[in-house]
Amino acid sequence: MTTHQATGPAIHVQGLQKSYKKVEVLRGVDFDVTQGSIFALLGSNGAGKTTVINILATLLAADAGAAAVNGYDVATQAAQVRESISLTGQFAAVDEILTGRENLVLVARLRHLKNPGTIAEELLDRFTLTEAAGRKVATYSGGMRRRLDIAMSLIGNPEVIFLDEPTTGLDPAARIEVWQAVKELAAHGTTVLLTTQYLDEAEHLADRIAILHEGRIIVNGTLPELKALLPPAKVEYVEKQPTLEDVFFAIVGDNGKDGDAGDLSTTVNSEEKP
Amino acid sequence: MNKHFIGDTTVLLGRSLRHILRSPDTIITTTIMPIAFLLLFVYVFGGAINTGSDSYVSYLLPGILLITIASGVAYTAYRLFLDLKGGIFERFQSMPIARSSVLWAHVLTSLVANLVSVAVVVLVSLLMGFRTGAGVLTWLAVAGILILFTLALTWLAVIAGLSAKTVDGASAFSYPLIFLPFISSAFVPTASMPGPVRAFAENQPVTSIVDTIRNLFAQQPVGTDIWVALAWCLGILVIAYVLAMAAYRRKISG
Repeated sequence: MTTHQATGPAIHVQGLQKSYKKVEVLRGVDFDVTQGSIFALLGSNGAGKTTVINILATLLAADAGAAAVNGYDVATQAAQVRESISLTGQFAAVDEILTGRENLVLVARLRHLKNPGTIAEELLDRFTLTEAAGRKVATYSGGMRRRLDIAMSLIGNPEVIFLDEPTTGLDPAARIEVWQAVKELAAHGTTVLLTTQYLDEAEHLADRIAILHEGRIIVNGTLPELKALLPPAKVEYVEKQPTLEDVFFAIVGDNGKDGDAGDLSTTVNSEEKP
Repeated sequence: MNKHFIGDTTVLLGRSLRHILRSPDTIITTTIMPIAFLLLFVYVFGGAINTGSDSYVSYLLPGILLITIASGVAYTAYRLFLDLKGGIFERFQSMPIARSSVLWAHVLTSLVANLVSVAVVVLVSLLMGFRTGAGVLTWLAVAGILILFTLALTWLAVIAGLSAKTVDGASAFSYPLIFLPFISSAFVPTASMPGPVRAFAENQPVTSIVDTIRNLFAQQPVGTDIWVALAWCLGILVIAYVLAMAAYRRKISG
């Protein structure tokens, strides 16, 4: 299914508008996402992030404006758009009664792929779910569910993946598992559009960040570009206190954090001297 | 029709049937109430009810089968509601599948589950003395009417499942359906009812369906009842289907 490659941006959104009854949720949203990049749509609750995603995923019709995914118009070429995308919604959309393996096989069969069993085994292995593969998903932890959810989205190698608040409600360890999965996706050339209300998440993952506020994109740029919007940084020496997250990982064990939890004391000491 | 419609429906039907196999209690709870009614009316009230037929269990069975189906379709609304709530409905709708197969899979699941429930209730009634000399063709006619009735009520259930706000709301629509046979010829002959009640009972769908199935089992002529019964079933089926599709389009176009 990776055959139809489109040239130009993976996602193109122009003048997108959507109202629910009298509430204007989107009032002209514009942005482009380059192929193979991670683009973060940042905004508070109710800013319209999910509405943008749902329009791009052909679940919702826009009132005005244009949107194209992988070169296909979401309104007139919905079938081709659906061939090109995967949606991981705000809540892990997995079948609780089926096992992890059955969930993956189900999606592979619905994507009309050959060898659904082999595809399932590969993804179970890649997301370290092989051990739990035969258990009902109802018994999974939040992180395992999310991993399965993302694994289901990768079946058929869609060009574009939408992740709507992928780490909301997850514990810190599960959050980092998801971050690694997302980074890996982009490394494989998949375009990722993710929404989040966590600033650090956008900072960690995204090549480009757009802030959606009151129905419009008010800022759109790379992290250095966004930082440059503020006056140049002054050099100040501040004692660095460990964050609760540092403490959590120092006590629970280093789980995927790239070794910055282990040297808490040196971090504190080295920045103490003015 | 989308070229994947049959394949996708089959895959999704397999999914829902697996749900039922893993929680067979949905079949058991569907049959408990009708079987309880059967026991209660045959062994407690039945002695005092004069239907003019030799065997009250044979008189009662058709109505009980309709009650079985009316309570069984509530699970369709329930399962559909859970799919919507859990987000897997959106996942399916954003995939390159024949979109309507998601609904059809639930409808066919309802058909399979209800036929199993009906078979269980018929077996119990046989133990309680239900007898018929009906041949294969007559059984097929009865099955055909029950299938049509199940499809009609299932599409009603789809409307409920798509538009409900809570789990309880999703299945509450079936209560009036379960109650309807009580004001029909299912338990007692309508001749014993006071005027207005009798008028309602004789002109609502259940009576014509019950009378048709009863006459088929008793190998009596079905007269015009069968056409009235079929008209009701088809009429409800078509209207429910149209309304369900409208509710579905509202759902997917937001």
